[in-house]
Amino acid sequence: MKAYLGIDVGSVSTNIVVQDEAGAILAGLYLRTRGRPVETLQAGLKETAEKLPTGIQICGVGTTGSGRYLAGVIVGADVIKNEITAHAVAASHFISDVQTVLEIGGQDSKIIIIRDGIVVDFAMNTVCAAGTGSFLDQQASRLGIPITEFGDLALQSKHPVRIAGRCTVFAESDMIHKQQMGHSLKDIVNGLCEALVRNYLNNVGKGKEILPPVVFQGGVAANAGIKAAFERALGMEVLVPPHHNIMGAIGAALLAKEEINHSQKASRFKGFSITKLTYRTSSFECNGCPNNCEIAEIYEEDRVIGRWGARCPKWDIVQEELH
Amino acid sequence: MRKVTFPHVGESYRTFKMLLNDLGNEVILPPRPSRRTLNLGVQHVPEFACLPLKILMGTYLETLERGANVIVTSGGVGPCRAGLYAEVHKKVLHDMGYQVEMIVFEPPRLHPINFIRNVHKLNPARLSIKAIIECIKRAWRKLQALDNVEKATHVIRPKEIRQGDTSRTYKKVLEWIDSAYTMDEIVEAEKAALEELHNIPQDPERMILKVGIVGEIYVLLEPASNLEIEEMLGNMGVEVERSMFLTGWTRDNTWKETVQGMTVKEAAEPYLPELIGGHGRDSIGNTVLYAKRNFDGVIQLAPFTCIPEIVARTILTSVSKDYNIPVLTFFLDEQTGKAGMATRLEAFVDLMKRKKTKIKQNKLLPASSF
Repeated sequence: MKAYLGIDVGSVSTNIVVQDEAGAILAGLYLRTRGRPVETLQAGLKETAEKLPTGIQICGVGTTGSGRYLAGVIVGADVIKNEITAHAVAASHFISDVQTVLEIGGQDSKIIIIRDGIVVDFAMNTVCAAGTGSFLDQQASRLGIPITEFGDLALQSKHPVRIAGRCTVFAESDMIHKQQMGHSLKDIVNGLCEALVRNYLNNVGKGKEILPPVVFQGGVAANAGIKAAFERALGMEVLVPPHHNIMGAIGAALLAKEEINHSQKASRFKGFSITKLTYRTSSFECNGCPNNCEIAEIYEEDRVIGRWGARCPKWDIVQEELH
Repeated sequence: MRKVTFPHVGESYRTFKMLLNDLGNEVILPPRPSRRTLNLGVQHVPEFACLPLKILMGTYLETLERGANVIVTSGGVGPCRAGLYAEVHKKVLHDMGYQVEMIVFEPPRLHPINFIRNVHKLNPARLSIKAIIECIKRAWRKLQALDNVEKATHVIRPKEIRQGDTSRTYKKVLEWIDSAYTMDEIVEAEKAALEELHNIPQDPERMILKVGIVGEIYVLLEPASNLEIEEMLGNMGVEVERSMFLTGWTRDNTWKETVQGMTVKEAAEPYLPELIGGHGRDSIGNTVLYAKRNFDGVIQLAPFTCIPEIVARTILTSVSKDYNIPVLTFFLDEQTGKAGMATRLEAFVDLMKRKKTKIKQNKLLPASSF
């Protein structure tokens, strides 16, 4: 059976999806990247290969996320796409008339405005990570609540306390202050959900026309408290798709399918056997000019397969040789 | 011995070096802003100030290290704090113990005496007024040549067949213009440079997107401060047209306002009828003009915390809606990682491509029909 592989290497999680021609998910994995993208990717691919039913042929591979180029050279990707396009494609796949996509991941958050099936506007958080998954994680562990229970706890609250959501550092001091004043944990947690939503809408969603259907995806969409806060703030229903935390990978797989159908070429996928190869990354500073670019390299066994970070094409030769 | 230096703004240093040398000054060239420049700059100026203040501070410190003791820079009128930066730099440098002389040029149209005095200070060769005018004319022509060659790279880079050809050729031909001295040599070098660029193998069939670039002047003119966004866009198949070049800006502020300058004001009128400092009004006016010319999108570049551009950004939301043209804003600060910008640019290019394909199928109206 023909299938497509989608990989999303993000700051916090690495997601892998295998989809058949019709779009059904044959395997879906959500792993923590833990700052080791290469190791995580190899482990994830190994696990995926074991999970897959026999007779599956990978006909195309797509990568996305901040580690998309790294993942792309390791697996041999047919398409390497930014996460905004990937998320938009995946959202449209599940809810075909979607007009707004809210996505909150580990360290970034974005809003995508779709009209008649095409992306017409988008925004991503820029200089601040307030209101993303990492902060929620941090606060959950500070309060000693498992992140998985965070949302349900918020739902029990009737009177959320007001917490400053502008900056996570001040949000934390505000929370501590409210705690010491004796507010209940569930009201504080709910207040935090509201603060994050407020910050997201003022910062990322500023000036955007949010029309239904609204799809909420990314790791944070698992949090029912945030979803409810969004619904209260927007005054409309917010849909969380079934595979909300691996939507980027699904988008990458869909884009790979599109690319292969369009180009009619054989996939560049190197096969699941790459999980047995050794990969090594290193970096050095180029002293060719005053830019002093920091160049990162990745080796497959003893061969350089990719280099990044140069501001000029001096170190790009390797890429050309590969193609 | 007086050694003169000035801010690094793109390739313009080639012109200023020639002009200052002609007037009999020894020149210390400012280096291209690097990580070291920024590190030096942020140490000595307020953290909440904008990127141009920090980069210029770093540049001055680097040139002072090399023996410079006279800094030539521009002042400014209107409500943008950058107009005060020359004074701030002077105070900081004096506090640090540098005995540096600061020569600040205000717009000559409004401050003619300041201009004459400053020129006199920078004329140790004691050239006659006639000779000075001749030198300025030649320098002006060189600045035009540099701008024209840069504009050509913006058109050619997205079509180049082998990636990197344009950037390599550009580097080479800049040296030709640099070494040209007489008026005839400058004209000839410009001609040869443009020919050399046009000879780069290009793909005429490629689908090219046109993007206008608006925003604050320094981050627009100094590629080292905007992560070389124009080159990145060129490599993604985008032809950029920048709304500001040093020649255009100087003309607007020196002799008289140009027709282009007036049109920008008029175009911005319905959204912002007055000057709010910096280039906020220009950003709005130029976006309207790009939309009317059927551009595929507009990118606004602004230093983080720049008030005029923050105001413009908020208004650009309405312009974008009224004219159905996508606008993407980047606030630039101390980040040197290109990945974040590349992701946003890739997504923006995808968005524009899909929209353009749709227009071709006659489903969506082009921006100019509004």
